[in-house]
Amino acid sequence: METILEMRNITKVFPGVKALNNVNLDVRKGEIHALVGENGAGKSTLMKVLSGVYPHGSYEGEIFYNGQEQHFRGISDSEKQGIIIIHQELALVPLLSIAENIFLGNEPAKFGIIDWHVAENRTRELLAKVGLKEDPLTLITNLGVGKQQLVEIAKALSKDVELLILDEPTASLNENDSDALLALLLEFKAQGISSILISHKLNEVGKVADRITVLRDGATIETLDKQDISEDRIVTSMVGRQLADRFPQREPDIGEVVFEVKDWVVHHHIHSERTVINGINLNVRKGEVVGIAGLMGAGRTEFAMSVFGKAYGRNISGEVFIKGNPVDVSTIGKAIDHGIAYVTEDRKTYGLNLIDHIKHNTTIANLDGVSHNGVLDDMAELKVANEYRRKTNIRSSSIYQKTGNLSGGNQQKVVLSKWLFANPDLLILDEPTRGIDVGAKYEIYTIINQLVSEGKSVLMISSEMPELLGVCDRIYVMNQGRLVGEMPASEASQEKIMRAIIRAEGKAS
Amino acid sequence: MTVETAATQGKKDFKTDGSALKGNYREYGLVLALILIMLFFQYTTSGVLFKPVNLTNLVLQNSYIIIMALGMLLVIVAGHIDLSVGSVSGFIGGLAAVMMVRWQIHYIPATILCLIMGGAIGAAQGYWIAYHKIPSFIVTLAGMLVFRGLALWLLGGQSVGPFPPQFQLLSSGFIPDFFGYPGFNVTSMLVGIILVALMIYFSVRGRAKREKHGYQGEPFTLFVAKNVIIAGIVLFLTYLLSSYKGLPNVLIVMSLLIALFVFVTKRMTVGRRIYAMGGNEKAAKLSGIKTERLTFLTFVNMGVLAALAGLIFAARLNTATPKAGLGFELDVIAAVFIGGASAMGGVGQVMGAVIGAFIMGVMNNGMSIMGVNIDWQQVIKGLVLLAAVIFDVYNKNKA
Repeated sequence: METILEMRNITKVFPGVKALNNVNLDVRKGEIHALVGENGAGKSTLMKVLSGVYPHGSYEGEIFYNGQEQHFRGISDSEKQGIIIIHQELALVPLLSIAENIFLGNEPAKFGIIDWHVAENRTRELLAKVGLKEDPLTLITNLGVGKQQLVEIAKALSKDVELLILDEPTASLNENDSDALLALLLEFKAQGISSILISHKLNEVGKVADRITVLRDGATIETLDKQDISEDRIVTSMVGRQLADRFPQREPDIGEVVFEVKDWVVHHHIHSERTVINGINLNVRKGEVVGIAGLMGAGRTEFAMSVFGKAYGRNISGEVFIKGNPVDVSTIGKAIDHGIAYVTEDRKTYGLNLIDHIKHNTTIANLDGVSHNGVLDDMAELKVANEYRRKTNIRSSSIYQKTGNLSGGNQQKVVLSKWLFANPDLLILDEPTRGIDVGAKYEIYTIINQLVSEGKSVLMISSEMPELLGVCDRIYVMNQGRLVGEMPASEASQEKIMRAIIRAEGKAS
Repeated sequence: MTVETAATQGKKDFKTDGSALKGNYREYGLVLALILIMLFFQYTTSGVLFKPVNLTNLVLQNSYIIIMALGMLLVIVAGHIDLSVGSVSGFIGGLAAVMMVRWQIHYIPATILCLIMGGAIGAAQGYWIAYHKIPSFIVTLAGMLVFRGLALWLLGGQSVGPFPPQFQLLSSGFIPDFFGYPGFNVTSMLVGIILVALMIYFSVRGRAKREKHGYQGEPFTLFVAKNVIIAGIVLFLTYLLSSYKGLPNVLIVMSLLIALFVFVTKRMTVGRRIYAMGGNEKAAKLSGIKTERLTFLTFVNMGVLAALAGLIFAARLNTATPKAGLGFELDVIAAVFIGGASAMGGVGQVMGAVIGAFIMGVMNNGMSIMGVNIDWQQVIKGLVLLAAVIFDVYNKNKA
């Protein structure tokens, strides 16, 4: 098979760090080549070298594309050659339409006057190709994340793509959308378009990739062929050690019911006639990890946030009991005082003050714990910050490192530290391992185990079913704002959860 | 809960504490810039700048800007802006004049009423900003027009004065001298010496406390040098002021307020919460911080300080004019940004804003003495503001 891209001995040095060290990567024409590795392994850096974000001359090594050596000086150079990169954080303008976004910077125009007719027609063609049934004039803000991702791909297609690079394309997609996206990649493959797929989800990689290159600590570890691919094999290669299990073992020690919600009903925060959560009853016991499974948009985050001080929704009704006593959780402050903590799904937007350092982020939810009469005790705060940095194993130069400069896994550990220091009885974790690598995930699971062994309770929302099955003691299944299933983890399986959802979907429609 | 390397990491924590120092380099740079600017004008004005009488003037002229900069710092750190402070201070000055001169109300209750009025104005604006999420730029722009207009209306377009002599002392008075040594205010000098002694005592005690807990502070030589330099500057300036009329009353008020705000921002939970809110309002809210109430209170605080500034300004002129406070908001905001605050919120120091205000004040004063035209003064001040912010952004990108 013909090689379309060859990157030879790429070395990229940042002040003080060798981000890439003699990395080699070759991609064949019409293949799906997966690039895997822990966060910080150098995947994104390598792709930035390839696309010209780091211009020729700022790195060592050679890039051959279609047999010719390339000296890209910017993204426009690489795009001209048909190399299109779709970043993890989508780069769409929310208040512009699909058509406007697809042709942004590339408008079909004569003398600077845009021919919207052409743009809309071409958009329609492109949307058909990616299987998105939406009007080209629809605003991006009205689309879900899955559909936005498809718009990004349509945008790439508008530029005559030969090599498509996708950085964590399914990180925020539910299973259905992910499958649709992967099917699309296979279709492109049939048309001769090559793809580089960066993903943490190894099951997807196994499904579609022809070959897999593993990066670790800025170096190529190996390139595996399809027949060698097994998840365990990849994981071992990624972390450089055998992970005996992806989930640390724990002996459950489960006690009384600590947290209980009865007849919880929540309405949409803007369209108050719409019921988002419809009559939920659930409980969590002492020392128990309870999972909530469901598709994206099932209402899990809305439920969690509405319980946490009515941070979401309107016309909320229902009761919350802590250790059998009804409690008032009408404000976030009261919810925290009653021992509830909520670790958000989006740590950058809702979890951390990214411009401040670890110390201040660790204590912010429990400043009373490090102050007397409103006056902070410096020494106590230092001690707390250092203690939690150690406990959760945050990798940083010190507690004075800005959280914005930490990797995703370490940021998540800071958020966890913050809530651990608030000393809650119930910790609600919303997608606690999204976008973080295998090693850091294992550490997060270890922290969860430690918590419940100390007698705390955890309610965990996750879209990764293996994670729920591996960590939880009991799993609820949620669909369209209702609980449609409950099962002990020992009896649960991905199929059973999916069946519960599909059965409910059937009833609802 | 430890995984692998945690134990080895633990020991290092105690040494790396010194990196907190990095954040202070900017403040040192700012002090250095102020000293250089002062030396420059000392040279170009042939020594007029440091003359005791001019130094006293410098304090009196800038006190109201500095007092408002304290409130503005909190507003800007919280992620907002207040354009109305100039108008509010003018309006309150007018209100004070009407109460004291026209209605003959005693100056103490009148002053208290004026401060309450300032707080109420801040509350009225803060209410819309905090609870209805109306952008502060718009609310306070409206406030700027409203209170400028109300000041004109209240004074009927005329100047009202003079104020009772006791009230004038707020701006033109000096702390009394009990020694009566001719040509030198011994009490003032003693106050300065006591202040320096207290400062050294607290910084030595703080350092000892840190060391007792096993945390390393800044290197010893730097610690000594810093304290000696600051003590030297304070003593030198006190000496100069004492050899004129002594420490102005307004300097005492201002110093107490600065100390209070440094304490609030650095050591109190409410200060920490304002920084957290400015850094990421959503995250702060989900951490249990009552962001609406906090925003509201920063504006109430700003209103009270704007009122105080208005009183000081009126007392200094000994008359309230409809134009009082015109453009003050720009000097105040410029001082805060020169002092290193971020327009995005979450970043900024009280001492930075104070030094920023002094930099503006010294430039005003120095250029006036030199006879630089007012038009060029504006140009130069504008460029200094821009340069300071560019310097910040450049440093941030480099890091």
